[in-house]
Amino acid sequence: MKRISLGRALLGLALAVGLAASAAAETTLLNVSYDPTRELYQAFNPEFARHWKAQTGETVTIRQSHGGAGKQARAVIDGLEADVVTLALAYDIDAIAEKTGRIPADWQQRFAHNSAPYTSTIVFLVRKGNPKGIRDWGDLVKAGIEVITPNPKTSGGARWNYLAAWAYALRQPGGSEQGAQDFVTRLMKNVPVLDSGARGATNTFVQRGIGDVLLAWENEAFLSLDELGADQFEIVVPSLSILAEPPVAVVEGVAKKRGTEKLARAYLDYLYSPVGQRLAARHHYRPIHPEHADPADIARFPKLELVTIEQLGGWQAMQHKHFADGGVFDRIYAR
Amino acid sequence: MNTATLATPLPRPSAPPRLRVLPGFRLTLGYTLAYLSLLVLIPLAAVFLKTAELSLAEFWNVVTAPRVVASYKLSFGMSLLAAGINAVFGLLLAWALVRYSFPGKKLIDALVDLPFALPTAVAGIALTALYAKNGWIGQFLEPLGIQVAFKPLGVLVALVFIGLPFVVRTVQPILEDLDTELEEAATSLGAQRWQAFRHVILPIVFPALLTGFALAFARAVGEYGSVIFIAGNLPMVSEITPLMIITKLEQYDYTGATAIATVMLILSFTLLLIINGLQAWTAKRTGRDR
Repeated sequence: MKRISLGRALLGLALAVGLAASAAAETTLLNVSYDPTRELYQAFNPEFARHWKAQTGETVTIRQSHGGAGKQARAVIDGLEADVVTLALAYDIDAIAEKTGRIPADWQQRFAHNSAPYTSTIVFLVRKGNPKGIRDWGDLVKAGIEVITPNPKTSGGARWNYLAAWAYALRQPGGSEQGAQDFVTRLMKNVPVLDSGARGATNTFVQRGIGDVLLAWENEAFLSLDELGADQFEIVVPSLSILAEPPVAVVEGVAKKRGTEKLARAYLDYLYSPVGQRLAARHHYRPIHPEHADPADIARFPKLELVTIEQLGGWQAMQHKHFADGGVFDRIYAR
Repeated sequence: MNTATLATPLPRPSAPPRLRVLPGFRLTLGYTLAYLSLLVLIPLAAVFLKTAELSLAEFWNVVTAPRVVASYKLSFGMSLLAAGINAVFGLLLAWALVRYSFPGKKLIDALVDLPFALPTAVAGIALTALYAKNGWIGQFLEPLGIQVAFKPLGVLVALVFIGLPFVVRTVQPILEDLDTELEEAATSLGAQRWQAFRHVILPIVFPALLTGFALAFARAVGEYGSVIFIAGNLPMVSEITPLMIITKLEQYDYTGATAIATVMLILSFTLLLIINGLQAWTAKRTGRDR
């Protein structure tokens, strides 16, 4: 009898210790992100976990979810318990804030630089040797040029592409709203395939051999060169492009419930730290603080004029004007 | 007498018999209703309820927008066409599998089911790779001026692919039951081959063929995964209706998405009812009331 009770006591003790340990060990954080950040966060998460362990003694496991930005935002709206979201555009996080109330309306003021710890821009990927001689946005609307870009109605990246073209046309000498509208209309008429997402468009261009130029995130274009070899494609940097700010936010409603508020905040703050900034630059995102990054990585970013979304009128206004039903984009295809 | 009861034709709706041959009618009906409600009716009701958040005018605006109307034409037109192609070639395939024996027949029989098993995205990517202008098949079609991938024709190819097993598998058992003596009798009575097919075989197979057609059609209308890769998705040209629903969802327009879904459901249901009615009618006419 005595032995059994001792065994039980030991078992109980082991369970209690195990539970306590796992309670400490099993702190998890779910980061819901979009497609092109996969490699960045794969590198960033272990760095943060090490940092958090050193600071607090807690072990944290970070889980990642990637997909099209719109789909990811919808998953969060429909109840996916993300502690933090790191998405392609502010509009997606606005939608979560508006539909669920789990993110405060002023989320973009909660972190520095409009809550965008790194930025990117839109560049051109062309076939090796640039056979069609594409140098700038103006070349894309010429007859016989095939442009590959995803559908801005379904892809966040495509909205940046489209608005970059819009900004270019507006900034031309004598540029006007009407002129810009004509410009994007001619541009979209040169698009033979509208994929639903950015990765799909990259596949169409790279694997299927369709099109002369791919409009792509700068980091995706660099990634394509890294993975597919610089002997097949080259990057063309236009004279002007858009400053894409992929923002981050704590999903406060979820974090409060799960008790991960401090952790979630620290996780996003760490993106602004020298370590986070260095990793962002390594993965071809333009860091907010370039002084922390490897100068070799910084040297790869070409200099060009960048227009911000605020200069164009902000996301809500742009979304409404261009991509809502009956907006400029719909009218391009209306007969 | 027992045999007499068995020989009676199926109960007529006018005079339901008190005594049923099979017990457990209430149990099975109750189970059927509960099962159907949980799996089909409740989710569908949710679609209608969500749609009801729109006013009638808003609903009408959403579902008759030019892009959406163009997508109905493409989705329903291509689905009917694909189901028609499958009806012809599926019948041929089933005939070959039932009537002839040849090496590798078992293998081909198994291959027919592959479109059932393959994840649709894989099918879509594979077909796109084949039919793109640098693909195995596409490179030969391109010089002829035939473009399949990223054109409406690509949608048709994908829909034919996924619909094939439905026709083959519904027609096959009927052909297996079909006695060759019937054709022999027809031939000995002086019928030409075409006449034997037209007047003897086709009437017997036709109801099953219609069922296969309806199934292939229904599957094609709702198909998303395989089509999306090969369609090109150009507004007014090659956007399928399911893509319009996804597009609405991407804009966080849940009610707009369900509104289009409602129209699809109603259209599909009506078409299926018509096909089923047609099938019952032909079955009765050819005296194979089931």
